[in-house]
Amino acid sequence: MIKKFDKKDEESGSGSNPFQHLEKSAVLQEARIFNETPINPRRCLHILTKIIYLLNQGEHFGTTEATEAFFAMTRLFQSNDQTLRRMCYLTIKEMANISEDVIIVTSSLTKDMTGKEDIYRGPAIRALCRITDTTMLQAIERYMKQAIVDKVPSVSSSALVSSLHMVKMSYDVVKRWVNEAQEAASSDNIMVQYHALGLLYHLRKNDRLAVTKMLNTFTKSGLKSPFAYCMLIRIASRLLEETDGGHDSPLFDFIEGCLRNKHEMVVYEAASAIVHLPNCRARELAPAVSVLQLFCSSPKAALRYAAVRTLNKVAMKHPSAVTACNLDLENLITDSNRSIATLAITTLLKTGSESSVDRLMKQISSFVSEISDEFKVVVVQAISALCQKYPRKHSVMMNFLSNMLRDDGGFEYKRAIVDCIIGFIEENPESKETGLAHLCEFIEDCEHTVLATRILHLLGKEGPRTPTPSKYIRFIFNRVILESEAVRAAAVSALAKFGAQNDDLLPSVLVLLQRCMMDSDDEVRDRATFYMNVLQQKQKALNAAYIFNGLTVSVPGLEKSLHQYTLEPSEKPFDMKSVPLATTPINELKTELTPIVTTKLPEKVAPSRQDIYQEQLSAIPEFKGLGPLFKSSDPVQLTEAETEYVVRCIKHTFTNHIVFQFDCTNTLNDQLLQKVIVQMEPSEAYEVVHYVPAANLPYNQPSSCYTLVRLPDEDPTAVSCTFSCTMKYLVRDCDPNTGEPDEDGYDDEYLLEDLEVTVADHIQKVLKPNFGAAWEEVGDDFEKEETFALASVKTLEEAINNIISFLGMQPCERTDKVPENKNSHVLLLAGVFRGGHDILVRSRLALADGVTMQVTVRSKDEIPVDVILASVG
Amino acid sequence: SFTEPSLYTVKAVLILDNDGERLYAKYYDDTYPTVKEQKAFEKNIFNKTHRTDSEIALLDGLTVVYKSNIDLYFYVIGSSHENELMLMSVLNCLFDSLSQMLRKNVEKRALLENMEGLFLAVDEIVDGGVILESDAQQVVHRVALRVGYLGRKRIKLVLRIIRLTCNLL
Repeated sequence: MIKKFDKKDEESGSGSNPFQHLEKSAVLQEARIFNETPINPRRCLHILTKIIYLLNQGEHFGTTEATEAFFAMTRLFQSNDQTLRRMCYLTIKEMANISEDVIIVTSSLTKDMTGKEDIYRGPAIRALCRITDTTMLQAIERYMKQAIVDKVPSVSSSALVSSLHMVKMSYDVVKRWVNEAQEAASSDNIMVQYHALGLLYHLRKNDRLAVTKMLNTFTKSGLKSPFAYCMLIRIASRLLEETDGGHDSPLFDFIEGCLRNKHEMVVYEAASAIVHLPNCRARELAPAVSVLQLFCSSPKAALRYAAVRTLNKVAMKHPSAVTACNLDLENLITDSNRSIATLAITTLLKTGSESSVDRLMKQISSFVSEISDEFKVVVVQAISALCQKYPRKHSVMMNFLSNMLRDDGGFEYKRAIVDCIIGFIEENPESKETGLAHLCEFIEDCEHTVLATRILHLLGKEGPRTPTPSKYIRFIFNRVILESEAVRAAAVSALAKFGAQNDDLLPSVLVLLQRCMMDSDDEVRDRATFYMNVLQQKQKALNAAYIFNGLTVSVPGLEKSLHQYTLEPSEKPFDMKSVPLATTPINELKTELTPIVTTKLPEKVAPSRQDIYQEQLSAIPEFKGLGPLFKSSDPVQLTEAETEYVVRCIKHTFTNHIVFQFDCTNTLNDQLLQKVIVQMEPSEAYEVVHYVPAANLPYNQPSSCYTLVRLPDEDPTAVSCTFSCTMKYLVRDCDPNTGEPDEDGYDDEYLLEDLEVTVADHIQKVLKPNFGAAWEEVGDDFEKEETFALASVKTLEEAINNIISFLGMQPCERTDKVPENKNSHVLLLAGVFRGGHDILVRSRLALADGVTMQVTVRSKDEIPVDVILASVG
Repeated sequence: SFTEPSLYTVKAVLILDNDGERLYAKYYDDTYPTVKEQKAFEKNIFNKTHRTDSEIALLDGLTVVYKSNIDLYFYVIGSSHENELMLMSVLNCLFDSLSQMLRKNVEKRALLENMEGLFLAVDEIVDGGVILESDAQQVVHRVALRVGYLGRKRIKLVLRIIRLTCNLL
């Protein structure tokens, strides 16, 4: 009978959600009954609930109406209804930032915080601290200190957590409560212990010694709270990381000991901390991995998830350490939680054998549509790693990737797939055509401009060199008809590359480009016109220079040079050789394979390291006339680690000079060095022109001095030279505490290691995307060839790495990678020699009892060719 | 690679109904600063979780632990670096506290009739992102609602029966 009424009520809908159609204005109107006497606690409570409900739904309250309601609410403090009072505290917290003059309730709250009703005290403290500023905090300081050490846990916890919130605003006040917090840390209550530890760490975190002491105390005395243990583990692992503490440190022993804690939360925290420690070896990992293995079969999904996610991280660096868990991971493949299943499979893909790949891939495809994008990216990354490991499996994976590409998904996900396919094509020439076909299909319906332009660029690079280039033209031209400006422009560039490479396609490409010249967008029209005119010349050299291998200069550098040129009008035409070259970006290794939070792409071209040096050096008057900076080397250490003075050198090569930049650090806190120079004695005909001293080198503040050297004119092929270096300076002893230096100083010197200038310092890396075209363009006017025997080298890889690092040139067409089981290989290298001439090296290597190398060098000038051959020999 | 050790653990606590509508939402940091972004996140979270009864997921780079009961969906959200079991302890504490306060009757209607109880309970469990209490018994004790859900409901029913009998007479 009774149930029936309920049902009816529900169906009619009116009673199902009493808050459904709340009107803010109506509720505020109702709030006027707060002023009625006597107070009706039940009705008032209901109205406060409505107000908080509205705030919670994101309803906006104006300052005036909020303030009005707030002041009316303060009257409710007269009632002694417990729930009503508690709702007042909540209203105060919710309105603290909306209403004005909230501090009016300070005295009421202070009274409740120190009163007899324990049930009021905790929430009153939390509400009070929400409306308090630094000055007012000092007024209630005494009460806060008492509350922190109060024997009622809810009071102590509230005071500790509120203090933590206040640290940001009033550090100086809160830090005076350290003793009270220390006392609270020895409380029996687990939450109080946790909160006290958190506050203590927060107050001391910048004082490593204090943190170490605190850790020692707590790790020895032991704690009751699992939360506090987790916090201790985090503090310990951070300290270990900061101090590079080894695995024999007592902190590590403590973390390892926590693997045997009776709370799963603590055990997991410890295992995760060990896994994330840098330089962890298999031996230290083993106990952590075995507890994670146990968690894999837990009935709690969160624990299984946590375990397999952490194992997945281990598998990235130490796949062999996880192999022992393979059986447990296999069981998780069918887990009803898809996140767990995905993580299990991707972990297995990293640790399993080649034979299991097909089965696992099939398993993933059965539910890939059900998982979130984050995990799809994890899957793609696992596949990408697999491609590198088992290149023979490429057809299975390519198929899988193309299916994924067809599914719905966000940008990050699609980008991960495209990256993976592109990487794949570059690694495995035999999969190039299938890969390109999949990508072509993808751009037919692709909403992401960035991906479309990238794929078009790739098609332009790879398409013309496939057996049937004509089949790509349709896909590319469709883009010109259908897409946005950026994509159309990229499509035009791609078309031009087909025309330049394939003579039989040229007439059709010219017709298509003609149509593009009618485009509504400037950029598209400009590109079409430009390529049209270049192609009509039918000259290989022009095609190579303007279509295949674009500009190699640094964009910020070009901007600056052009600006400079317009400032100083001259009869001479602008010389591209005066622009600094773009330094090839160092390929960042993707080590972090966890799901990535979307990051915004940088909007401007960031200046490279070399652009920054150019800027710094041109600010020094002595280096004004040197011309553009050609190359900056990586830093070379000239001292051992942990010596009195630390010096490293960066070699900046200009057209006829080298500037040596010495970055010096003085690690002695009782010395001030002045007028620091590095004196250099060359072994060859190099001439030291000038020293620029570092005026002051105080303790621990790095500073730079420079030495300018002119390169020898007589013998331009003598590029290498050894310098013996000595640092000379004036020492002024100083008081280590105040840093105040003595009046007088004395001269002293410090011997540094020798510094080498090699051929690599005279050559800048330049990537030629189409090496063949560049080779033809340079021509054989100054071609020279020689054969060398590298007797000491045992493998082709070793030979290639040696040549690349010795010459400092850019490997092209991915020829730095030797296919498996090959006995011969051709390495293609490109660079620009100091002065601006392109230099290309083709090196044929054959392996037989040592490596034989035939080097062919081309350039438009004779000197660079001679330099290369002379230095290789 | 390590994030700063800190007590700030919880980024948000959410309760949605079976249409994905917000019944309760408390965000403790600026991950989703505007109401619009919050609602979009809630929609996303609901779409990804309401069909499955698994209890943990990774969304927008955040760890989400959740639990559903009849027509209610409870969520606790933290950073992906956070200890999943800590977040779970918050979720369990919230659910168990409500379950006790609502006499095991954890469903939308009962919850809406006891919103003040919910507000006070969450306030005792998490404060500004810090876990304040993880023991449901303690939370219920501190919320100390004098007239529980059943008490008030019973009064209502009695009134309704009286009204009906009057009508019949």
